[in-house]
Amino acid sequence: MALTQTDRALVLALWKKMSTNVGIYTTEALERTFVAFPSTKTYFAHLDLSPGSSQVKAHGQKVADALTLAAHHLDDLPDSLSALSDLHAHKLRVDPANFQFFSHCLLVTLARHYPGDFSPKMHASLDKFLGLVTSALVSKYR
Amino acid sequence: MVHFTADEKAAITSIWDKVDLEKVGGETLGRLLIVYPWTQRFFDKFGNLSSATAIMGNPRIRAHGKKVLTSLGLAVQNMDNLKETFAHLSELHCDKLHVDPENFKLLGNVLVIVLSTHFAKEFSPEVQAAWQKLVIGVANALSHKYH
Repeated sequence: MALTQTDRALVLALWKKMSTNVGIYTTEALERTFVAFPSTKTYFAHLDLSPGSSQVKAHGQKVADALTLAAHHLDDLPDSLSALSDLHAHKLRVDPANFQFFSHCLLVTLARHYPGDFSPKMHASLDKFLGLVTSALVSKYR
Repeated sequence: MVHFTADEKAAITSIWDKVDLEKVGGETLGRLLIVYPWTQRFFDKFGNLSSATAIMGNPRIRAHGKKVLTSLGLAVQNMDNLKETFAHLSELHCDKLHVDPENFKLLGNVLVIVLSTHFAKEFSPEVQAAWQKLVIGVANALSHKYH
């Protein structure tokens, strides 16, 4: 399920609009993931997960930076995410199902903050983009 | 059996009471067909599905979305009893409609996203979590009679 030109344009347009605020939304998405899908917290036993946690915020920013990198390297996702792929495969070993929980919560977050931009087509393009990022991240799992 | 706390029930009903069944149902089903186009396989006889605009404007999709969401109202009324409530619909979806239960999960998540756009302010992480519990409960209840 490759990204079409339309998909890329839509994803980049939203990224441009979000500008330096991507971290705010990825942090909210993480908080939502922990509340809606409590099993995901098992990967963060070392962090303070209470609401407003600065550690969650810091992690949210890491995720934001990775997604922004991905959004600007749609032609070579596996290469640009190679280091993160290695990390997730060999060190973090997060079960792939969890990326879908997070991706869903990110869509919920973006939908409520950008309802005017969140057309069905944008929804589809973002879903595809996040799916491709997930595939790249788990590509070295086995 | 799924158990909903009083807070979870309140979170769900507070949103449900404000839902326009046709608007939200139509939008949810439309988005499902656009975001996951393979789900269109169940709607060959529903007329023009050739573009996102066609799908969102299709009156038959809108009507069917309303029907689906009306059924979800059954879930909201019977949160402590989902499997029994949906037993007949489960048989229908297996034996007559031949719908892969994976689709119930897809629809449930699209509904959560649509609710998020319409009720942005109230849709806190806790409210979302209650709704996630409901939609997965309905998905499981609808798959329960599959054989």
